[in-house]
Amino acid sequence: MFFLPHLYRHPAFREGMRDVSPQSPGIAAWGLMTGVAMVKSGMSVFEAVAMTLTVFAGSSQLAAIPLIVAGAPAWVILATGFCVNLRFVVFSLHLRPFLMHLPLWQRLVHGYITADISYVLFTRKYHQPGHTPAEKLEQEAYLAGNDFLNWLSWMGASLIGIALANMIPTAWGLGFAGILCLLGVQCSLASSRMRILSAAVAGAAAVVAYALPLKLNIVFAIAVAVILCLTVERLRPQGKTA
Amino acid sequence: MNGTDLWTLAVIAGLAGVTVLTRSFFFMSDKPWHLPAWAQRGLQYAPIAALSAVVIPEIVMSQGQLIGTWQDARLFAAAAGTAVYFRSKNVLLTIVLGMAVYLPLHLGLGW
Repeated sequence: MFFLPHLYRHPAFREGMRDVSPQSPGIAAWGLMTGVAMVKSGMSVFEAVAMTLTVFAGSSQLAAIPLIVAGAPAWVILATGFCVNLRFVVFSLHLRPFLMHLPLWQRLVHGYITADISYVLFTRKYHQPGHTPAEKLEQEAYLAGNDFLNWLSWMGASLIGIALANMIPTAWGLGFAGILCLLGVQCSLASSRMRILSAAVAGAAAVVAYALPLKLNIVFAIAVAVILCLTVERLRPQGKTA
Repeated sequence: MNGTDLWTLAVIAGLAGVTVLTRSFFFMSDKPWHLPAWAQRGLQYAPIAALSAVVIPEIVMSQGQLIGTWQDARLFAAAAGTAVYFRSKNVLLTIVLGMAVYLPLHLGLGW
């Protein structure tokens, strides 16, 4: 929602941008390699650009491309995109109380442009929804600023990746910078024993369930980690929460 | 596939719709409801779990299998990145120094 003046003029907008800026090169590396991969797997440049500008979800783009190229039925492709994106459904449950005071179209736009990094940084900063209109506005502006720089880093790099697809070999492994970026953010969240437990359980569960189709191992791992952490909390009620 | 047909563009538009649908899934309904307190608390564990579920397989698996060797550039880069983060609390440095470990091992030694 970076196009609304009452958001981009708010000081929290810049704060959101500042908080995402260290991650920006990692997001860009990931976007770059997604752009390269799209063209290399047989999309035309026009299609790759259209997909980048509209779909804005790397893992669902990469999952859909082989199916599009193979001419799979549209519903299969859309269902695949939905499954690969299932973690966002969990994120939207988490973000709901922060945004429900807004009109529907604004909620939808916020949801559309809030990808993994922005969700994580937003919930790292704000644990409770704002109570006053001023607090709510600040949170919304922070999210918008965060989304804006994330979007810009991703889009710019993806378009460059599409343009230079034939000059950047995937074997270099530049996309690993995106993983290091997520790893750094993950470390920044590891602020309590319970959270470290959550990370360990989710990582192990995602590896064990890797054979599940459509990246369903990710949602499975989130569910296992959350349920296990809640159970451990209950067994030791004096323990600290996240 | 070199040409661009309407079918492909329609599928791309559909996928954009899927992005909106999944990212806004629980924002759609205006009906007031609240999560039970335990579920709200449980969601505090979701962000780190989600990151870990994406990141860990990308470090320790290749071609759908757990890697069976320690000669993998990703292991060293991830270890270096983690150490850098906890020393500096700086994600940018984590990325830069992690890649400084990764690229020579990966491109130089083929790990």
